[in-house]
Amino acid sequence: MKTLTKLGLAAAVIAAPSLGLAQEAAEAAADVTPPNSEIGFIFTTFMFLVAGFLVFWMAAGFAMLEAGLVRSKNVTMQLTKNVALFSLAAIFYYLIGYNLMYPGDGWSVEGMLGAFGPAVLEAVGLEGSEPDLTYASVGSDFFFQLMFCAATASIVSGALAERIKLWPFLIFTVILTSIIYPIQASWKWGGGFLDAMGFLDFAGSTVVHSVGGWAALSGALILGPRIGKYTKEGRTVPIPGSNLALATLGTFILWLGWFGFNGGSQLYMDTAGNVADISRIFSNTNAAAAGGAVAALILTQVLYKKPDLTMILNGALAGLVSITAEPLTPTLGVATLIGAVGGVIVVFAVPFLDKLKIDDVVGAIPVHLFAGIWGTIAVVITNGDANIGTQLYSILVVGIFTFVASGVIWFILKATVGIRVGEEEEINGLDMAELGMEAYPEFSKG
Amino acid sequence: MKLIIATIKPFKLEEVREALTGIGVRGMMVTEIKGFGSQSGHTEIYRGAEYAVNFVPKIKLEIVVSAAMADQVVETITKTAQTGKIGDGKIFVLDVAQAVRVRTGETNEDAI
Repeated sequence: MKTLTKLGLAAAVIAAPSLGLAQEAAEAAADVTPPNSEIGFIFTTFMFLVAGFLVFWMAAGFAMLEAGLVRSKNVTMQLTKNVALFSLAAIFYYLIGYNLMYPGDGWSVEGMLGAFGPAVLEAVGLEGSEPDLTYASVGSDFFFQLMFCAATASIVSGALAERIKLWPFLIFTVILTSIIYPIQASWKWGGGFLDAMGFLDFAGSTVVHSVGGWAALSGALILGPRIGKYTKEGRTVPIPGSNLALATLGTFILWLGWFGFNGGSQLYMDTAGNVADISRIFSNTNAAAAGGAVAALILTQVLYKKPDLTMILNGALAGLVSITAEPLTPTLGVATLIGAVGGVIVVFAVPFLDKLKIDDVVGAIPVHLFAGIWGTIAVVITNGDANIGTQLYSILVVGIFTFVASGVIWFILKATVGIRVGEEEEINGLDMAELGMEAYPEFSKG
Repeated sequence: MKLIIATIKPFKLEEVREALTGIGVRGMMVTEIKGFGSQSGHTEIYRGAEYAVNFVPKIKLEIVVSAAMADQVVETITKTAQTGKIGDGKIFVLDVAQAVRVRTGETNEDAI
């Protein structure tokens, strides 16, 4: 309250010299009611832009997290993939993805397959266009939605790091962002058949995170583990990451970006109720991340006698993924617990995947797929409108579609151009083999 | 002249250096090394997978002193580097045939 009073005083002081002008303006505007019919449109659009650039920043988070968790001989390649996949996602979501995901009334197959055609924005200055003043500008909506699509692709790159060829990976990214992601996203967010059934996924525990996870899982299975990751006797050989400071920075960047990811998914900032909801979402999102991190911290201490930072980072992210399907209705306490369960899932899922010899370099599958499934189920805990049967059915439908479609693409790529680098290239590192460039040239082995 | 090679626990380096300069040692060579002795290795866990650390980090000291001083140096290192726990290190004493100070050309005892 103190701060508010001070601000009020400051505003009065600044306003004082122009008091006469302000009075005249106030008299002139006095008969305009409501004050401005565009105000909701303006605030919601502005909210989408801010939330959108927060989600954009998650691309940096993924890049740093992955750069930190791969070995130094593969860092340049990992960074190259991250900047390339984001840029390709931006182009192909514009060309194909956006209208496939949001066809409006233009479905090619009602509720199943959206419209084909590139995204088109409103004219400059809204000249000649009649925007939906109850929502937001197309430009802000496109910008915001594009970032989600790119995030999905980022999830895949981490799981397949250190052994996949650059170009086949980028071809997969193009297909994922232009076709696979938009089609399944249209089923829920485009108003398709899962939405009609009452499936609830607020910001995409399933639509974004599980989809990235399924695509990563099919890729990891077809690609195979890194050389030396599993011994003939079936033992797992740890391959520590090159820079845990970068991995931690990446996690915090993702954590920050998630406020836009979940908060922006409120989709409206035109009323006091909506603004309050957005602030509720921010707080719950943060609580879930904290819950996931603390759960992983305690659990690794108990299980392994020493906390494992990489697991704590994964735990925070799993907490974030877990709350993404329903960040609005939980209380702070329940949000913390939902996130904590995500953290627990990660700690058990990472060694579980290793037992199955599925090599996921950064833990993308436990974090995005397993915690994504949990988060989608957890909606029923606090949201009375959710139906467990519908949630499970939707998880299954989206999972099968994404896993099969991705698998087909990976198999085609494997059979035609090949998806894996040679043994020598893998051992020497992808940086020198595929790019001829090192991330840390001054720290060479001499 | 004697060459004394000692492996010690890394956290003991400063204490050993102070004790040795205290008794008149005027130079030493220090290397960060890894190795194993009766302490052998130990296991660590990364992302739920156990792995063996076969080589333990140690500090290697190389000190050349006059034969008369060698026992005192060995005794000082033993006393200061000792924790009583496994992995305290080892000390070896070798004969040195010749020593030269590069700057002046002085030899043997004058050079150290």
